[in-house]
Amino acid sequence: MAELYIFFEQIYKILFLLIPVLVSVAMIVWLDRRVWAFVQKRRGPNVVGPFGLFQTLADALKYIFKEIIIPASSNKVIFILAPIVTMTLALIAWAVIPFSETFVLADINVGILYLFAVSSLGVYGIIMGGWASNSKYPFLGAIRSAAQMVSYEVSIGVIIINVLLCVGSLNLSDIVLAQEDLWFVIPLFPMFIIFFISALAETNRPPFDLPEAEAELVAGYQTEYSGMMYAMFWLGEYANILLMCAMGSILFLGGWLSPIDLFPFNIIPAPMWLILKILFLFILFALIKAIVPRYRYDQLMKLGWKIFLPFSLIYVVLTASFLMYFNLLPGS
Amino acid sequence: MIAHAIVFYIFSLIAIVSAIMVTVSKNTVNSVFFLILDFISISCLFIMIGAEFLGMIMLIVYVGAVAVLFLFVVMMLNVAQQKNEWFNSSGRSSHIPVGLLVSIIIFFELIIVIGGWKYKPDLLDSITIEINTDLTNTQSLGSVIYTDYIHLFQLSGMVLLVAMIGAIVLTFRQRSGVKRQSYFKQISRDRKDGIELVEVENNKGVKIDA
Repeated sequence: MAELYIFFEQIYKILFLLIPVLVSVAMIVWLDRRVWAFVQKRRGPNVVGPFGLFQTLADALKYIFKEIIIPASSNKVIFILAPIVTMTLALIAWAVIPFSETFVLADINVGILYLFAVSSLGVYGIIMGGWASNSKYPFLGAIRSAAQMVSYEVSIGVIIINVLLCVGSLNLSDIVLAQEDLWFVIPLFPMFIIFFISALAETNRPPFDLPEAEAELVAGYQTEYSGMMYAMFWLGEYANILLMCAMGSILFLGGWLSPIDLFPFNIIPAPMWLILKILFLFILFALIKAIVPRYRYDQLMKLGWKIFLPFSLIYVVLTASFLMYFNLLPGS
Repeated sequence: MIAHAIVFYIFSLIAIVSAIMVTVSKNTVNSVFFLILDFISISCLFIMIGAEFLGMIMLIVYVGAVAVLFLFVVMMLNVAQQKNEWFNSSGRSSHIPVGLLVSIIIFFELIIVIGGWKYKPDLLDSITIEINTDLTNTQSLGSVIYTDYIHLFQLSGMVLLVAMIGAIVLTFRQRSGVKRQSYFKQISRDRKDGIELVEVENNKGVKIDA
């Protein structure tokens, strides 16, 4: 009986986390379009609901009622699996995100590795979708995307090592608590910039959205998808973007901590701070989409391998020697 | 405890079935997908015995990087259409003896490992490094790898580096006549290099790129 109780309690907790994440993904799509329109002096979606807030829900409803077309020459099992994989991977990563000191679904020892592993698995949804479509544009898009995501993961991994050197633990709550005095964005500012740009590339956001460059590849790996399956790709993509923003705010912006421990700031509840930081990073993502032109593919590869990777490696050595010299290494 | 056992058997079943499917499935790309499923379920098993660091690293390195490149090669070579003919042909393949030899060797190695562990329980006591149960996986791995086994660790890094350089040297080719972009050159250009004002004489014109 007790086990059954634990089971239902967990289910309740998971729903309590997942439903807000899904709703905020819908809202974030609206925000993305609004910011984009704002930069270009357009209105953006403003018809459905107050300020157009329900535009995404209307779109989702439209996708649900559209027909799902499965190409005759495609590999059907993998074709259907691909959006499911993307969506699932984007959602399961939220299990380890700590919203406050007590509000975390799974407080595991290797939380940051789990996040990194799940985000590196994300490439499979895209490859599977691109290959199973059995068509040229999706395949080229998938190949591009796979190479791009693998390249930028390397530098994200090295950046994570930088943070871990300052923390001395792989647990996400420990990483946040280590920033109580000083957010890591200050001592590791160059790493924060590189993390931000790599996160753009990792989630295939503009200016690195070459996998779906419409001028060359129609819609990249999503070309053959329609209806709900396309919507799932789309939701997974935005959930991934939110996840990267959450990762950035936990690693560099102090997670749920308030900037200063003073009266007007410390009455705001801890999860609110994390949400505010995620929103801040997301608005930066949306602004960059609007103002930066798309990179060429060789420039993208050059940036990842020849600039980011050596620079972040050098920064690891610098951080390690600094901590060693001033005897600041955690746990020593 | 029962739930633990059930989950264990589910994961090991998936691992074994997908390992068999890797060799049996007709489409090469499907084989790679089954290999990935195998990796994932094995890393779940690692996490279940409490080796969470190993499990996660397995996910990141094998599934996140190695298998992607594997899939990449298989897709690019277009072997998807090339059916796995092992079971269709009348068994005249010359690969079978080699494969059998390798699998027999691996089988006996496994027997030796499992036998040593099963029938000589005191084998575990012969480990010279003491195991501290207070530390997490990651900490204890780090404290051993970077102190006692630093030479072996660096040696394995060197082996990987040599392999990488070898691969680069093998595939490197110098192409002539390619126009390369240099950011420094582009940025350090100023007006004088780009524009030249010429007085053009009537009926003579100017020579460009002389």
